[in-house]
Amino acid sequence: MITSAIIPKPLARLPWRLIFLVTGIAGFGLIVLYSAAGGSVRPWAMKQSIVFLGFLCIAVSMSWMRESTIKAIAFPLYGVTLMMLIGVEALGFVSKGAQRWLDLGPIRLQPSEFMKPAIVLTLARFYELVPPAEIRKWRAIWPAMALLGVPAFLILVQPDLGTCIMVMLCGVTVMFLAGLPWWIFAAPAGAVAVAAPIVYSMMHGYQRKRIDVFLDPESDPLGAGYHIAQSKIAIGSGGIWGKGFLHGSQSHLQYLPEGHTDFVFATMSEEWGLVGGVLLILAFAMVIRWGMRVSSRAPSRFGQLAAAGLSATIFFYVSINLMMVMGLAPVVGVPLPLVSFGGSAVMTVMLCLGLLMALERQQRTVSRLI
Amino acid sequence: MKHMRITTAHQSITFSRRMMILGGAQAAVGGLLIGRMGWLAIAQNEKYNLLSESNRVQLIPVPPRRGWIIDRNGKPMAINKASFRVDLIPQQIVNGPHIISELQRLMNLPPDEVERITRELAQSRGFQPVSVADNVPYEQYAAITVRLPDLPGVAASQGFTRFYPGGPTVGQLVGYVGAASAAEYEKENKNPLLLIPGVKIGKEGLEQTLESTLRGEPGGQRVEVTAHGKLVKELDPKPDRSGGTVQLTIDSDLHEYAARRIGEQSAAVVVIDVTSGDILAMPSMPSFDPNNFSDGISKNEWKMLSGDDHLPLVDKALESLYPSGSTIKPSMAMALLNAGIDRTQRVNCTGSYPLGNHVFHCDRRHGPVDMDAAVVHSCDIYFYDMCRRVGAEKLAPMIRSMGFGEKFDLPIGNQRFGTVPDPQWMERKYHREWQTYDTINMSIGQGMVLINPLQLAVMASRLATGKRVVPRLLKSQPVQPQAQLEVDQDHLTFIRKAMWGVVDHGTAAGAKLPLDGIQMAGKTGTAQTHRLSASERGNYTAALWKLRDHSLFMGFVPFDNPRYAAATIVEHGGFGAAVAAPLIRDTFLFLYDKPKAMAALQNFEQSIGGTPEERLARKTASWRAANGLPPLPAKQA
Repeated sequence: MITSAIIPKPLARLPWRLIFLVTGIAGFGLIVLYSAAGGSVRPWAMKQSIVFLGFLCIAVSMSWMRESTIKAIAFPLYGVTLMMLIGVEALGFVSKGAQRWLDLGPIRLQPSEFMKPAIVLTLARFYELVPPAEIRKWRAIWPAMALLGVPAFLILVQPDLGTCIMVMLCGVTVMFLAGLPWWIFAAPAGAVAVAAPIVYSMMHGYQRKRIDVFLDPESDPLGAGYHIAQSKIAIGSGGIWGKGFLHGSQSHLQYLPEGHTDFVFATMSEEWGLVGGVLLILAFAMVIRWGMRVSSRAPSRFGQLAAAGLSATIFFYVSINLMMVMGLAPVVGVPLPLVSFGGSAVMTVMLCLGLLMALERQQRTVSRLI
Repeated sequence: MKHMRITTAHQSITFSRRMMILGGAQAAVGGLLIGRMGWLAIAQNEKYNLLSESNRVQLIPVPPRRGWIIDRNGKPMAINKASFRVDLIPQQIVNGPHIISELQRLMNLPPDEVERITRELAQSRGFQPVSVADNVPYEQYAAITVRLPDLPGVAASQGFTRFYPGGPTVGQLVGYVGAASAAEYEKENKNPLLLIPGVKIGKEGLEQTLESTLRGEPGGQRVEVTAHGKLVKELDPKPDRSGGTVQLTIDSDLHEYAARRIGEQSAAVVVIDVTSGDILAMPSMPSFDPNNFSDGISKNEWKMLSGDDHLPLVDKALESLYPSGSTIKPSMAMALLNAGIDRTQRVNCTGSYPLGNHVFHCDRRHGPVDMDAAVVHSCDIYFYDMCRRVGAEKLAPMIRSMGFGEKFDLPIGNQRFGTVPDPQWMERKYHREWQTYDTINMSIGQGMVLINPLQLAVMASRLATGKRVVPRLLKSQPVQPQAQLEVDQDHLTFIRKAMWGVVDHGTAAGAKLPLDGIQMAGKTGTAQTHRLSASERGNYTAALWKLRDHSLFMGFVPFDNPRYAAATIVEHGGFGAAVAAPLIRDTFLFLYDKPKAMAALQNFEQSIGGTPEERLARKTASWRAANGLPPLPAKQA
């Protein structure tokens, strides 16, 4: 039993359940990375654990931020990120190649990652400023569309389809929760549904083939469908209980491409089976539910919208990745946060969680552990 | 609770409602994901397990050992020798030219070979290994093995090479093996066995026609491999099954003897055991050395072989057709007797026979000849006259029943069976009427009469036995029952006597067997290929080789109780009596007295410049010199 007598008050006031949950997910991810490297902490697990711990500390320290501070930095953060996106684009133009990274000496920044929380905070801030009576008016809609559209376009042309979709979905979620009229969302969805078959019929052969391969990866198992086909084999052959730790043949014999990054869930499922997969999905669900509850309990409109948007960011990360890995979505290059090797996703998710913890801290006066 | 304006409250309600929608959507997606995973992992588990296993476990085929070809006494004619081999795996090569020059240095590769390797490497399909050398001596194999880490893409392994103890003497009959070509690989539905370095399939002769028996069943080493083809560990193997042994009716000693006795001539010899139809020997010379072919032949070697006017790449025993010349005469005499001609009736041979505005000749003036003398001294005029009286319609069936124009079921591709013409055939084939001069040409085996040496040997067998002897090459084939030919025994006895006369005091009197109590009967033949003047015909060295007559002989021993029959056709050999008859004489001699026959062979070979190996080496060297190529490096033991 942890009591306030043993643990200092600031520590005790941390949302320990969330921290345990997140550490649990990351720890499981490290085990999977250890196996993916053929039973070695190198080259991935060791590095990943340091990155995770670093960002966990950042997230925890962010939890002392005030809501007013977050509100205050929302627009500047968006502005700086947008400038960086333009900078990346310019750099890419100069070097005549695709560019996603901003090289700042020792660290390389991927500004599009920052855009995910930034767009959420900005739109939350924007809709807080919009008077309730104005919400269904055009002037409440077009600025949000511009705020969302410009960075989404910049990311799309990098090209980084996965991040672009993520940013769009996060922004749209905030707009949806802000109470914009239904037709704003229904009309484009309807337009896409109507246009898709027409566009498909007008496509070139190779473009159609890509769509066909996505819809039926087995039709091209050695080409474009290879990733999805191998990933499905890994998940399907894992069965209920998995092949056992360090016994995944798909990943260890390198049939599964990107088994430590985007397709890490397949690596995990092969060894831990359906049980491991369901546990991981449930763990993520609990993290997202925690975030959604922060949102619904938030006293301010900004807090509500920001918390929901940040939780949605995590949700979209997880669900797009899993749908991609299981062959329900095209391969767009979205990693599984906290599990996939790589710092960017960890950073984004931990920034979101840090902001969520800060918003949550405002809602209570006592530690949950007591 | 703080007081709210109605719009704020409204907004709050909207937010809560939309949060519920969002939460519900998220839960739905979560449920979808879990459901999808359950579908993959439970419902389709079996399917994906199978796919995962087929990813993990690969079967490396282990080539079966090729079956042997043995002769009638069990002596090997085509066997497998353990050998070392070196291959190049195109995908793994880093610096091609460097590796090839290293291999050239280490293995003493001749420039021909380097050229072939470079060419094959350029054409290779990436995964298909290119053979550097088969049959590598152990020292070279060891030298390569220790340097393997510095030679990426080079693979040194142990395997088997096809070995033909008979060398060039069996080339035409047995054929050779080689690596499968792209076309053969496609034809066998991309059989992965054919891609393994060292796997050879039959390309010619018996090796090709008996492929299904000789190949066997490949086994497999089951291995766990990574997606990049790296071997992780070996699993339990699947054993292979060696190819079946094929026994021939050939007596390899006799076959080799006959082949060597042919010497520098371009000829085929066929020896048949008349009691069973077994083909005891069927060499066609000159030939190629199938041992060289199984290592992969160089372009120059191929060029030398295909440019040779003695046609070493053609099986002359079965694939070439020749006019039968006078060897047709005993059968023709049978046909005349059958048609009621009195054998004592004489025809006066004046050396020429005018017909219309053309004059047919005999090689000399025989004077009045009866049938016996006409066969013994090979008088053409007698046959012109008698055959003209009887007519071709009555002659052709007898000639056919003796084996000319007959098709035999032997496991050799590309056989040609020739023609025995008659008026109907002429109408069918050339749409013209049969003329008297056609009968005259046919009577002495010229004109449209075309045969192969096997048919000539069959004719000798049938004259010897009076039975329908059917040749057989595989021991596994049943012996054909020999039906009696529809001939008069008295006629047959007479003809055998006449054929004995040919050797005893006739045209082949110089080719008597030097044996007590065993005498040969036979018939010489000289088939015209071009019109030569009388003076050229008298002095063959004056005529170009290509223009000379073919020299033929068929016969059997012993004449009074026939056991063996044989025939030969020597391309452009000149008089049948001079070249073909002694060749068959010595071949028969080998069957009865080996030491005497070997002594005869030694004398013969000394007269023409040594053993076949020595002569082939000399020929190769002179060909290379004439074509501006450097001499071959000395072969290492």
